[in-house]
Amino acid sequence: MLDSILFYFFAGVAVLSAALMVTRRNALHSAVCLVSTLLAIAGIFLQLRAEFLFITQIILYVGGIMVLFIFVIMLVRLDAPIHQIRFRMQRFVAFLVVLALALEGVVILLLAHKLPGNGLLIQGSAPADKLPPNSEALAKSLFSDYLLPFEIASVLLLVAMVGAVVMAKSRKRTSES
Amino acid sequence: MSYAAAQALACALSLSPAMQAVVDFLKTWWVELVCGVVIVAAVPLVAGYVVLVERKLMADMQARLGPMRVGPHGLLQPIADAVKLLIKEDIIPRDADAFIFWFAPVISMVAALTSMGAIYFGPSFRVAQDINIGILFVIGVSSLGFLGVILGGWASNSHYSIIGALRSTAQLVSYETAGGLAIISALLLSGTLRVRAIVDAQADQHVWFIFLAPVAFFTYLVASIAETNRAPFDLPEAESELVAGYMTEYSGFRWALYFLGEYANMIVVASVATTLFLGGWLRPFSNVHWLDIPMGVLPGLLIGGLGVYCIYRAGKQPVKVQFGFMWAVALCCFGVALIYLVPWVVSPLRFAIPGLNGAFWFLLKVSGYIYVFMWLRFTLPRYRFDQLMHLGWYILIPLAIVNVFSVGVAMFLSSEFGWNRWLAVIVTTAFTLAVSVFLVRLHDKHATAASSASAVPSDSYAG
Repeated sequence: MLDSILFYFFAGVAVLSAALMVTRRNALHSAVCLVSTLLAIAGIFLQLRAEFLFITQIILYVGGIMVLFIFVIMLVRLDAPIHQIRFRMQRFVAFLVVLALALEGVVILLLAHKLPGNGLLIQGSAPADKLPPNSEALAKSLFSDYLLPFEIASVLLLVAMVGAVVMAKSRKRTSES
Repeated sequence: MSYAAAQALACALSLSPAMQAVVDFLKTWWVELVCGVVIVAAVPLVAGYVVLVERKLMADMQARLGPMRVGPHGLLQPIADAVKLLIKEDIIPRDADAFIFWFAPVISMVAALTSMGAIYFGPSFRVAQDINIGILFVIGVSSLGFLGVILGGWASNSHYSIIGALRSTAQLVSYETAGGLAIISALLLSGTLRVRAIVDAQADQHVWFIFLAPVAFFTYLVASIAETNRAPFDLPEAESELVAGYMTEYSGFRWALYFLGEYANMIVVASVATTLFLGGWLRPFSNVHWLDIPMGVLPGLLIGGLGVYCIYRAGKQPVKVQFGFMWAVALCCFGVALIYLVPWVVSPLRFAIPGLNGAFWFLLKVSGYIYVFMWLRFTLPRYRFDQLMHLGWYILIPLAIVNVFSVGVAMFLSSEFGWNRWLAVIVTTAFTLAVSVFLVRLHDKHATAASSASAVPSDSYAG
């Protein structure tokens, strides 16, 4: 019961703020709505007993990426795009997509009793103490089974970082000379 | 609410399933709820008194008396300040973004209070049970408080505010990295993220991690000062340049919320440092067993001694009301001392001793950490913004990375090659310090070269 309430709360917040994020004219309001979406999704991760993903979502997306987003938004001029209507061409496509999603929602509500398990109620997840500790399990598989992909990804990130530094540096030098 | 009482209540009212769920929830979680309510209720009061201590200390360092009017030695000053802030007019600037302006201080406050949920203030005084990601939760959630700062600065629609917010963002991004790397050093030594297990690891290894990773502690100290926006890194709210930084347009209760959030954040970083580096709730020399009784009685005796000192000072108060108030404080001290000492006499209450003493030592260490913050605030001049950025990126982050490496090497040497642990620590710390000296000299050389090349220093963030 509690699981159902929490799930629908987080899911509702996520969907609602995602919709708000797309429709806000003000870029900073969009960013705030995106933060709320990300936090709601973190809540769903926690409900799935994936606490490491939960905190990674918060530290990386909300604490890191969104802070940089907001930083950039504050540095650009916000008034120009507020007075424009953007994406006029995509209205038809957007309408179709929304129609499809709404249909899907109606179908799910109608067929709820035929779904496996308890219908729209979430079945209680396994208690945390019966599952293996999430962060340890993740670290184990990352550093034993998937060591090579992990290392490749880290080298890729390093290359990207060095590239970013070099690009920032060279631009400065040309502007000075 | 005990189990039987809750059940009786449920039967008597023959509750609907929803109410039954609520009662079940209360039955399972009442300890956590009580601790959470205690924290939420106590933090504003504690923050107020931290401010009082800070003002007194500042006055002492500047050869003044500090607040003396409200209560004896200004002991009621925080209450007076709180009342003043609550009844002040709450102004929202005309062109401000009203909703975000209203909401931003709440984010700051809520993030700081929520992150306290995973801290163990003693072996038994905690909100969340030993969660698997404990220390990460504290750090991650407390870093959300910066959203409040940034949004508040933006929503105020004022130049001072937005520059304060920008500085705060840049500072956060720079120093959180260094702080995180410092924490990794301690986590390497403890081998777990659970708050309780980190302290237990320090008890098992018979040493606080500050002695095994001194450089990491120092890095965390600097990074935590910068993260809490305190002097000498209080650039986001530098009075002489930015009025009050991101808080410029705030007044009354909203301003108080920001203020509380900031002080709550200080308590959070101090608690993290205490847990990771200063042995949490362990008393000094926790493995020396003949000290068990003397050190165990010490907290009660100290608090009782404080009460005796209050009585001694009460005779010197100029006004009769203050004389009475001093006696009241003394009686409170005696009451707390009694709570600490009675379990030693009454054996059925013995179970409470570790919890009480643990909370005492933990809070003492947290206060000590905050006290160091205050010293630094009143002794060091403020950094310039480009100096702050240089310190963060050119010295602190490389130092923290080298230190993670050094701590790993020290652990490897002592476990695989059978080196003496202290020898390994000394060798690797010397290596880290040598690298840091090299970094500082390199940076000095760069700085002098840059300043001779261009007379105007480039400072893209200072605004």
